[in-house]
Amino acid sequence: MQFMLLFSRQGKLRLQKWYVAHPDKLKKKITRELITTVLARKPKMCSFLEWKDVKVVYKRYASLYFCCAMEQEDNELLTLELIHRYVELLDKYFGSVCELDIIFNFEKAYFILDELVLGGELQETSKKNVLKAIAAQDLLQEEETPQGFFEDHGLG
Amino acid sequence: MARDLASEVERLIKSPNAYIKKKAALCAFRIIRRVPDLMEMFLPATRSLLTEKNHGVLITGVTLITEMCENSPDTLNHFKKESGQREIVPNLVRILKNLILAGYSPEHDVSGVSDPFLQVKILRLLRILGKNDAEASEAMNDILAQVATNTETSKNVGNTILYETVLSIMDIKSESSLRVLAVNILGRFLLNNDKNIRYVALNTLLRTVHVDTSAVQRHRTTILECLKDPDVSIRRRAMELSFALINSQNIRAMMKELLSFLERSDAEFKAHCSSAMVLAAEKYAPSSRWHLDTLFQVLLKAGNYLRDDTVSNTIQIVSSAPSERQAYAAMRLWTSLERSATAADATERQPLVQVAAWTIGEYGDMLVSEASNSISMVDDDGVDDFSRPSEEYVIDIYQKLLWSTQLSITTKEYLLLSLAKLSTRFTTQPSQDKIRVIIDTFGSHIHIELQQRGVELSQLYKQYAHLRPALLERMPAMEANVVREDNDEELATNIQTHEQPAHEQDALLDLIIGSEPLSNGDVEHPPQVTANNNSNTNDILDLLSGLDLSSSTPVTVSNNNVSTPPSLLLDGLFSPPAPTSQETVVKALERGGVVVELVVCGGDGNATLTMKARSHHHTTITDFLFQAAVPRTFRLDMMSPSGTVLTPQGEITQVLKITNPSKTPLRLRIRVSYTIDGNPILEQAEVNSFPPDLFN
Repeated sequence: MQFMLLFSRQGKLRLQKWYVAHPDKLKKKITRELITTVLARKPKMCSFLEWKDVKVVYKRYASLYFCCAMEQEDNELLTLELIHRYVELLDKYFGSVCELDIIFNFEKAYFILDELVLGGELQETSKKNVLKAIAAQDLLQEEETPQGFFEDHGLG
Repeated sequence: MARDLASEVERLIKSPNAYIKKKAALCAFRIIRRVPDLMEMFLPATRSLLTEKNHGVLITGVTLITEMCENSPDTLNHFKKESGQREIVPNLVRILKNLILAGYSPEHDVSGVSDPFLQVKILRLLRILGKNDAEASEAMNDILAQVATNTETSKNVGNTILYETVLSIMDIKSESSLRVLAVNILGRFLLNNDKNIRYVALNTLLRTVHVDTSAVQRHRTTILECLKDPDVSIRRRAMELSFALINSQNIRAMMKELLSFLERSDAEFKAHCSSAMVLAAEKYAPSSRWHLDTLFQVLLKAGNYLRDDTVSNTIQIVSSAPSERQAYAAMRLWTSLERSATAADATERQPLVQVAAWTIGEYGDMLVSEASNSISMVDDDGVDDFSRPSEEYVIDIYQKLLWSTQLSITTKEYLLLSLAKLSTRFTTQPSQDKIRVIIDTFGSHIHIELQQRGVELSQLYKQYAHLRPALLERMPAMEANVVREDNDEELATNIQTHEQPAHEQDALLDLIIGSEPLSNGDVEHPPQVTANNNSNTNDILDLLSGLDLSSSTPVTVSNNNVSTPPSLLLDGLFSPPAPTSQETVVKALERGGVVVELVVCGGDGNATLTMKARSHHHTTITDFLFQAAVPRTFRLDMMSPSGTVLTPQGEITQVLKITNPSKTPLRLRIRVSYTIDGNPILEQAEVNSFPPDLFN
């Protein structure tokens, strides 16, 4: 996978993850152009799009578009499954996920993606294991910032 | 950084913790992608990854091995050679089998299929391992058949695995029954309601069409159906697949579908589609009439999206056709031209107008003559929409088009020259007068190229009226240039040899037609453009002396000091060379009484060399052939020579055009062969004494 984008129906970018190195300017350009191209497509059309020299797989869940640029030899249908798997994980973690969850807890969304996909390749096929890893992370985070730490220093 | 950390990563791959193991494996995957040299370091560690139970580790391990095998054939062989317990193919087959046969495991299940991600990854690795390897393919035949038959197809997941299986079956040396199974699966995919599955099917068929065309042919109707799909992605795939399926049996039916597709399709498809259609028509045309009809349809439907070379290709095909076909072409094109002119949409299909203008100009006499009645113009739909136009009506249409403001200059050039040609094809006086009036008005046209053409052509009505019929004769049938590769010379690039130089009179005709920018050298450009001619009267005399008309008086042409595009040959005749370029004479060869000189002038990465050969012998030299070669960084275009016979006082000239973007000093190797008193002689020389700043 080359990159993954999440954007809303209004064309607002919600999450982006790049597995190839591009300068920021190019990233912005790709994002902008891709969002317009994908949004212009009708719902009945197929989920694959040959755009410039990359193959883009996208799927819409409620008001959010999940959009992946895959490698030439990757399996298109499997990429769709991967998107679905990510959505399932988000759903499980947040409990019926909505766009707002991703807006306010974007770091969690990134963490989940990182546990699922590493360096552009799928790293864990078991949902349970991913969620376990995320739970462990959350636990760690809580331990490191002890309750009342900020309050004690008058920062709460 | 990759080099520094590689050993650390390698250690972590061996870590007992699965969570770390899988991440380390993927890290190794990225490292070897960046630095393939480090691959060997990870080889020992990868083996243990496949014996893991944890799916996360397994999938990352398979990913890592896949990357290694893809990038290095050595590693691929290394994995294959392992024997016994560690043999990779049976190992993968075993894992895959366990996945299929294992009962429900909630952890990895995706709607009834256990871990499709891992299955797909393994199938892909098997594909790489089985490619061109009969033994490995044999070992995986069974499992592939099992996957192909046992997988449930009602869900996307099932189809994902089937798709990957089909790809693997097609890529490895599988049994024929397995291949039939695979194509049948694709056939089912093609009929699926889901757009995604249809897209995948088309994509895969395109990849397998070269392996097994007949199997794919069975699905032709479905594929043609997909051309009408509203989705761009599917249409594009279907179009490419359709072109791959065309053969001499089905070309008529396929072309009909593709023509209607071309008409409806978006602009982005039109260029690609039309040129592919032209190629296919050329390759498989069942008859020349069909071929012409198809080309004209493509011209009509692709409009301005057509590639430029199609115009010259079509003209070439018309010109080499038998004469009743030419008449037919003229009539067909006339119908289209008239229709476009009256519907005022000629600007949308300029390539068509260009071809039509050329054809009617050449064969206009057949268009208006009684003879045209005998040619059947009934088309496929059984409609005969041709009515013989009067000469004056044809000219009216031309006038309408020439007066149109939106047609491109190139199109107008075609039309104007065509009109001049018609003046010798048409016989009645009123039409002659009309043509003359139109041509004269172009003498003051705002565009310099057309003005020049107007002036030239109207001269043909004045002093040179007696020359006009001969000058505007029909073009000889064109042939594609013969390009011969000469590899035995170390400097050799393309040496173009023109075995049969055109007859002088044809050459002049070529010259006039040659001013139309016909690409790819369908017309052989004659060598009259000599760089050291600096007065245009000389040029004309040169030209006309070739026609043995030494009595003709010099002509003055008004546009003397205009700068015109250098690509147009005729300009060289009427305008002096640009003042910036200097001329140098380089003696290339003086041996055996034959002197070859090169008149060099150049600048800005281009140089024009005029070869002049003279003889000190008292007998005539025949079969004179001049060849030249340049180093690879240069590009050499040789025009045809002025002749092959060198008389004692005579001279042979030939123009060479050299393009040199790097502006390095020119080196040229030449070879001259000729026959004197019946003895063949071959001379070679290398010329290095060019001015060093020739290309600046």
